[in-house]
Amino acid sequence: MSVDAWLLAEAPSSRRQARLGEAYRAWLAFRRKPLAMVGLVTILALLAVAAAAPLLATHSPIAQDLAARLLPPGTAGHLLGTDELGRDIWSRLVYGARITLVIVTMVVVLVAPLGLLVGCVAGYAGGWLDSTLMRVTDIFLAFPRLILALAFVAAIGPGIENAIIAIAITAWPPYARLARAETITIRESDFIAAARLQGASAARIVVRQVMPLCLSSVIVRVTLDMAGIILTAAGLGFLGLGAQPPAPEWGAMISSGRSYILDQWWVATMPGIAICVVSLGFNLLGDGLRDVLDPKQR
Amino acid sequence: MIEAEDLTVSFGRVAALRGVSFHVERGGSFGLVGESGSGKTTVLRVVAGLIPDWGGRLSLAGETVLARSPRRFHRRLQMVFQDPYGSLHPRHTVDRILAEPLAIHRLPDPERRIARALDDVGLGPAFRFRYPHQLSGGQRQRVAIARALVLEPEILLLDEPTSALDVSVQAEILKLLVRLKVERGLTTVLVSHNLAVVAMLCDRIAVMREGVVVEETSVSALREERVSHPYTRQLLAASRGYDPALARRDL
Amino acid sequence: MNPLLEVEDLHIGFRTDRGVIEAVRGISFAMGREKLGIVGESGSGKSVTGRAILRLLPENAAVVARRLVFDGLDLQKVGAREMRAIRGGRIGMVLQDPKFSLNPVMRVGGQIEEAARIHLGLSRKAARQRGLEMLEAVRIRDPERVFAAYPHELSGGMGQRVMIAIMLVAGPDLLIADEPTSALDVTVQMQVLAIMDELVTKRGMGLVFISHDLPLVASFCDRVLVMYRGEIVETCRADMLDKATHPYTKRLLEAVPVL
Repeated sequence: MSVDAWLLAEAPSSRRQARLGEAYRAWLAFRRKPLAMVGLVTILALLAVAAAAPLLATHSPIAQDLAARLLPPGTAGHLLGTDELGRDIWSRLVYGARITLVIVTMVVVLVAPLGLLVGCVAGYAGGWLDSTLMRVTDIFLAFPRLILALAFVAAIGPGIENAIIAIAITAWPPYARLARAETITIRESDFIAAARLQGASAARIVVRQVMPLCLSSVIVRVTLDMAGIILTAAGLGFLGLGAQPPAPEWGAMISSGRSYILDQWWVATMPGIAICVVSLGFNLLGDGLRDVLDPKQR
Repeated sequence: MIEAEDLTVSFGRVAALRGVSFHVERGGSFGLVGESGSGKTTVLRVVAGLIPDWGGRLSLAGETVLARSPRRFHRRLQMVFQDPYGSLHPRHTVDRILAEPLAIHRLPDPERRIARALDDVGLGPAFRFRYPHQLSGGQRQRVAIARALVLEPEILLLDEPTSALDVSVQAEILKLLVRLKVERGLTTVLVSHNLAVVAMLCDRIAVMREGVVVEETSVSALREERVSHPYTRQLLAASRGYDPALARRDL
Repeated sequence: MNPLLEVEDLHIGFRTDRGVIEAVRGISFAMGREKLGIVGESGSGKSVTGRAILRLLPENAAVVARRLVFDGLDLQKVGAREMRAIRGGRIGMVLQDPKFSLNPVMRVGGQIEEAARIHLGLSRKAARQRGLEMLEAVRIRDPERVFAAYPHELSGGMGQRVMIAIMLVAGPDLLIADEPTSALDVTVQMQVLAIMDELVTKRGMGLVFISHDLPLVASFCDRVLVMYRGEIVETCRADMLDKATHPYTKRLLEAVPVL
């Protein structure tokens, strides 16, 4: 029996086969969407670049060479040119991919579970617990994201770790809202009633029945949010509150290139393009995932 | 086995149940018939403990049940719901759906129990690792029945278990329910809008309308049309198909 | 007598990612001004057949027939514009749940008036008059009140009567009713059937009654088509259904629980 037939079997014979088969079906549906595939390839490329940064970089990302400052793209040895301190922009972008990935991953690891938990608990419990949690969420939502992140960074000091914490603190409320809205529609369904009848505790129902159903919309929201997270991180970097020099963070690179934007356009433009491409990649990936993970759309 | 006296429930200002009493002896099967909004499903949900606030007295197997008290009857009472598409978790395989109640109650030997439950409802081991969306309506309802029976309850509540199914599938599910009821000596309460379905499974029925029982009678009396309430007569006439003379008179 | 509707060798397929799914495979029937029941279980193709006549199927549907003629008019040849005039004008359609077929933010009166103005070109005043007459025709006791009501203020049975009233405004020759009473309580069901019965008899309309409920169709219609997997397996007079010969029909009859 071929692998394909095994995966698509109408009657899987083990838990593992059923789970793999389900994932394979999702993949088949995903593969049919060209834009989503473009997004996936972009993100995989970003991962590859970040992993192979030392191999891809032609120079050290922080080594200065004042003799070779502000060289235009295409100059021998400097594919994308050099910045105001003579650092190779290509090498900085390649290493910057690591920073971007770290920020994005850390924010997601902090944000998604927190938002999911708050939202599911609030939605399932209802009553005073719901009101309290949602008012707290609303307070966070009431401030524009960048302003709130700025305030936090200003309070706890600049730096990449603090930027991550600040973004995470400002990013979770929409997830809580989303998870709560999903939970409320799920809460009244018969399979939850059946679980209650079997004697499942509230915690068990939230974790085992409700959360898996909210997870797909949270994953989709995360990928759609990635672009925003990257931009917020870049914004903080741009304002000098994120990664500190000489770290090659993309936002900070744009910020320092700003002074030369009219005469040496490439210094600010190259990291700008990188942010743009990666944000778009995450967006396309998220859009594709939404259709694939939602069983109603498949 | 089930004794309910003067059950009342209101949702906001709307009184859904206005004093419903009935009792079902051990091994008996009781039918609740009525149209939408008559309160028949609400009765079932009160007995199941799915509605927290209600008034009146309820005892199950001799034990008094109080409103808002934690329920200890889970293993002794289970329910099958109307909509086979909404009553199974869409991301769980049949295996997981059946394993979950066993895990909650830490019952020994889940492998054997799951296999047996599937076998009992006429689904072979081939269905064990399928997802609900890979099953037909009738197969899903069989899974829902297996889930209810895997805990070996004494009381089985059935909320319109066949109304979402095609006629030929309905007949199979009803046959299955009759067999399981006899084999396991279950006490059952069946809610339906269809008199013929109730008659197939129950010996006594209560006709409900607007939150009260308007008539309680036996199925044999129903068959012989020995009913007293005009509403019961109306239902009975409607269940015999369209009668132009009768329908025009009602207009 | 010229038949009102003639269907010959009707095929309906749906194009999907996994190829074409054949929903109806070459069915033929003809009907006059009578009550024709189409019975079948889910997936038999009965609803699709009703919708295909009015060209109400989604984009990915392919409808082919050797003949699809309504009152001398080849339905396969009429343009989109003409089809709109036929829909609701000469052929009406009533669907299962009035909740979804009525516009929730428009008063009932407005919806009936609209139908009258589109299909009959009546003035506002005349349209209102016509609408009230139709509500009376479906035995609504208090037409003025219902006229001013929003759909959510009506019960299911009332909503279905309104739906039928809207479909009757233009005085259609054929009414296609797809499970028109399945969402209703049994006692209300009988009233709605009685109204349709009366309309067919009085106005000499044809009625296609699509339903899964075999006993109901047998007691209500004049003639019955039994569909199974996209084919008509049995055609007979409704009162002769208990003498049906096809094994599927027999099986279906046996499956119906009886009191």
